[in-house]
Amino acid sequence: MSSSIKTPLSNRIKADGSVTTLEEYQVEYGYQGLKKALDMGSNDLLNLVKDANLKGRGGAGFSAGLKWSFMPPAETNPGPRYLICNADEMEPGTFKDRWLMEGDPHQLVEGLAIAAYAAQAQTAYIFLRADYDLCAERLEAAITEACQAGFLGKDIMGSGYNLDMYLHTSAGRYICGEETALINSLEGRRAIPRAKPPFPQVSGLFGKPTAVNNVETLCNLPHIVHHGVEWFADLGIGEDNGTKLYGVSGRVKNPACWELPIGTTVREIIEVHAGGMQDGVKLRGFLPGGGSTDFLTTEHLDLAMDFGTIAKAGSRMGTGTMILLDDKTCPVGMVLNLIEFFAQESCGWCTPCRNGLPFIRQVLQDMENGLGKTEDLDRLLELCGYIGIGNTHCALAPGAAEPLQSALKYFREDFESHVKNQCCPFGNEKGSGKADHSHAAHTHSHETA
Amino acid sequence: MSDLIATNAMPGTSNWREAIDPLTDAERLEIEHLASHYPRAQAATIEALKVVQEYQGWVSDGKLKAIADTLGMSPDEVDSVATFYNRIYRRPVGKTVVTICDSVSCWIMGYRELQEKLCAHLDTPLGKTTPDGEITLLPTPCLGACDRAPVAMVGEKLVGPLNVDELKALVDQVRGQKL
Ligand SMILES: Cc1cc2nc3c(=O)[nH]c(=O)nc-3n(C[C@H](O)[C@H](O)[C@H](O)COP(=O)(O)O)c2cc1C
Ligand code: SF4
Ligand code: FES
Repeated sequence: MSSSIKTPLSNRIKADGSVTTLEEYQVEYGYQGLKKALDMGSNDLLNLVKDANLKGRGGAGFSAGLKWSFMPPAETNPGPRYLICNADEMEPGTFKDRWLMEGDPHQLVEGLAIAAYAAQAQTAYIFLRADYDLCAERLEAAITEACQAGFLGKDIMGSGYNLDMYLHTSAGRYICGEETALINSLEGRRAIPRAKPPFPQVSGLFGKPTAVNNVETLCNLPHIVHHGVEWFADLGIGEDNGTKLYGVSGRVKNPACWELPIGTTVREIIEVHAGGMQDGVKLRGFLPGGGSTDFLTTEHLDLAMDFGTIAKAGSRMGTGTMILLDDKTCPVGMVLNLIEFFAQESCGWCTPCRNGLPFIRQVLQDMENGLGKTEDLDRLLELCGYIGIGNTHCALAPGAAEPLQSALKYFREDFESHVKNQCCPFGNEKGSGKADHSHAAHTHSHETA
Repeated sequence: MSDLIATNAMPGTSNWREAIDPLTDAERLEIEHLASHYPRAQAATIEALKVVQEYQGWVSDGKLKAIADTLGMSPDEVDSVATFYNRIYRRPVGKTVVTICDSVSCWIMGYRELQEKLCAHLDTPLGKTTPDGEITLLPTPCLGACDRAPVAMVGEKLVGPLNVDELKALVDQVRGQKL
């Protein structure tokens, strides 16, 4: 029976890369979760998702049900309300939502419709990053099919509930993934985060109550509604419920993304699923969940990949997609590459982020070029403090500090040997990082010109 | 290459005063359709820029003004949006844009060699267009395909993992088809 399914989110995704059609999606119980949700009523649905303790898969792990419950009640606050699916996926090292959207777009459409109903929203948007052209094509088709089949639009399946769903394709900027920047972007503005409060649940898109949820979070909903809370809890191994999409990239034999019980150990993910390290290289450390999480090392391999366990170890599970550092790769160069990304993608609103990140980049670049000074190590740590939590409007800059501060802790001897030898021991001189971007044809050059 | 820069129009240059280049019927219909998805037309700004780009390859000042008119905004407002996003081109680009990922997993897996060798092969630096106007080379942050690192996009097609020869062959093929 279907309740024995261990990989509900990826079950229908085909290995050949072709899309699951509406017909195929409906073979098991496709869109029956939505039907059941509509029959249940939005309050019971919200409580069900709260009880399931579905934690947000976008990085922060915040309870989805709780998030919706912070919206003012629809009965006493009539007017437009919005549900937005965050499909921006630009966190370096993250490639999980693409898999879900390319493989099984109807699952997201159904999940988003269920979330919208729980939040009593009349309009839902999928905010999709630029570059995901295949996702765009398949999501657009799925939305159209779902409308024609009566799963979206007016009076859905006789429930009296109306929902319009639109795909919005972005034009590429990492900061669009931050939910308030996303809202500004969706309104047709520069994607600068908003000061909170007010939170989007109270005043979000067009000033109306709005909830923003990640793709993977939403894809869980049809299954939770169909199978129930207990089934969902049983899927997880440790304290968290459900499954998680885990990914591994770097020098492993089989880099990929898998759906596994949430709480699977790091060791199992790397050694069994990713096939272990490539011949000739050894694992030194890993970023557990994307570019803005703290390094952990080989001593953490037996930890469960869940929100609480990884946090206790001093990092974050983040997006659950790990990036591995091997013994042939320079940790200083790796951090430099990450800092370059964050410096480039900063929206420029806060001084510590706008000025601090380029400063850090220069210190690291100098170190790679053989110009490092002993005092740079302390200076870098001090700079991490300046861009840390509480000093900026959004989590981009604090996130950028995470790989750096943890590299200084775990790979300090590498920083020291750069300084001592006045060169990069891995041979990364003349910039381990990127080429000069200042000539790019896109329009940042306007601003720097 | 210098003519590429000369045709680029920026606020403050005389080109900025250039007349509106009216939207084609197809562009206008698509933009109006997209604007109908939102309670305020401004929300369709990015998508409108992308529609024009789809037809014209890039967004000229004249077209930008036409978008502003259609959405009820000032040209400066539209340009402030256009200049924020990586994938909106305010200068002409080649018929095919090739982007090579330069983020962390692709760095570990050796994107730099890929980028350097392709630039050398095309005799064109990053951010520029080949003299025949066929290929523009741009860097891009993580393409969300890190399991396939190093990766690139050739037009709308994601390719990877790639070695230098494969990427060269692919780009030559695209170029050949269009010559
Ligand atoms: C700089 C930055 C980038 C982010 N990018 C994404 C993203 O691409 N996708 C995503 O789902 N969440 C992203 N987030 C987190 C969102 O702000 C938000 O917490 C999330 O979409 C909520 O969904 P969830 O509760 O379902 O996880 C980002 C946050 C920051 C600070
Ligand atoms: S921390 Fe950086 S990205 Fe976030 S609002 Fe401030 S300047 Fe913008
Ligand atoms: S780092 Fe290149 S695709 Fe993710």
